[in-house]
Amino acid sequence: MPILECRELSKHFGSVQALDEVSLTLEAGRVIGLLGPNGSGKTTLLKLANGLLTPTGGEILIDGLAPGKETKRIVSYLPDRPYLAEWMKVSQLLDLFEDFYDDFDRDRAIEMLLRLNIDEEMRIKEMSKGTREKAQLILVMSRKAKLYLLDEPIGGVDPATRDYILETIIRNYNPEAAVVISTHLIADVEQVLDDVVFINQGKIMLQASVDSIREEHGMSVDQYFREVFRC
Amino acid sequence: MDWSFRSDQPIYSQLVQQIRLAIISGTYSPGQRLMSVRDMAAEAGVNPNTMQRALQDLEREGMVCSQRTTGRFVTEDPTVIEQAKTKYAEEQIRVFFETMRKLGYPREAILALLKEEEGKHADT
Repeated sequence: MPILECRELSKHFGSVQALDEVSLTLEAGRVIGLLGPNGSGKTTLLKLANGLLTPTGGEILIDGLAPGKETKRIVSYLPDRPYLAEWMKVSQLLDLFEDFYDDFDRDRAIEMLLRLNIDEEMRIKEMSKGTREKAQLILVMSRKAKLYLLDEPIGGVDPATRDYILETIIRNYNPEAAVVISTHLIADVEQVLDDVVFINQGKIMLQASVDSIREEHGMSVDQYFREVFRC
Repeated sequence: MDWSFRSDQPIYSQLVQQIRLAIISGTYSPGQRLMSVRDMAAEAGVNPNTMQRALQDLEREGMVCSQRTTGRFVTEDPTVIEQAKTKYAEEQIRVFFETMRKLGYPREAILALLKEEEGKHADT
């Protein structure tokens, strides 16, 4: 059974068609890049997968189920904007995640916090933008989920941290889990991806493996993207 | 080991080339046990499935062999390594001649230049 499946999934906001009859199947054991220009529907798709929005038409299934309580158990989601309570300390957030999620691995989180020099006594409001993003991503990646949905996980962090985050994704690789990374920083993530999905104006334009694009077109996915979406 | 990737080729085939080169140049010695796929992937900064695919290709070539319980090893067969080395050397020379011909050098001039260059390194 696919870990994520969309069948003619549509989402309208008033007259704006954010997603237009999207059909898409993602399998476990893959790292997938969800790539598209700004406003192409990436975030809408991830929000639908998390039950934060309801479809206007069609359906979206996570491990065969409509988004809800059961799917939240197996989906680890990094939203595209800060969502942690500002007043909380890192140690309190560790408690919170431990309470909320059966699959949260506190030791793994602590190890990653140490590696990135984030003090457990620090409060979210005392952190820089980049450090906040790191803390959020550590919490999300420390769950042993079946589906990780990461919305722009590397946008605001420095290159060294970016490398560490990508390495973490590789090391956490699990044949039973899928990782979806939504980003427009393609060159940075390309090497860790199995497959890419190009999305534009609410429609899927392409779903292919990174190496098949390189083989067929003799260029990187980043270069190919620039060509397809030339302004 | 240092890894670097070009953008105009599939990543898995570049992994195959770089690991093969590491074996024939002795960076990985014969019989050496390789790290796990996950660790090699992390070191190279690539997807584990891609590294897996590259290692399977090298297995088919006989450059590495896997033992079900203990992991993957560099081949201990010197003829396999020697053959790969010869093939690699021939390829380098072929590319060299091609480049020189494109620059307009006839065969004799290329050989003369080679001799001259070789003379400079006679002591080393």
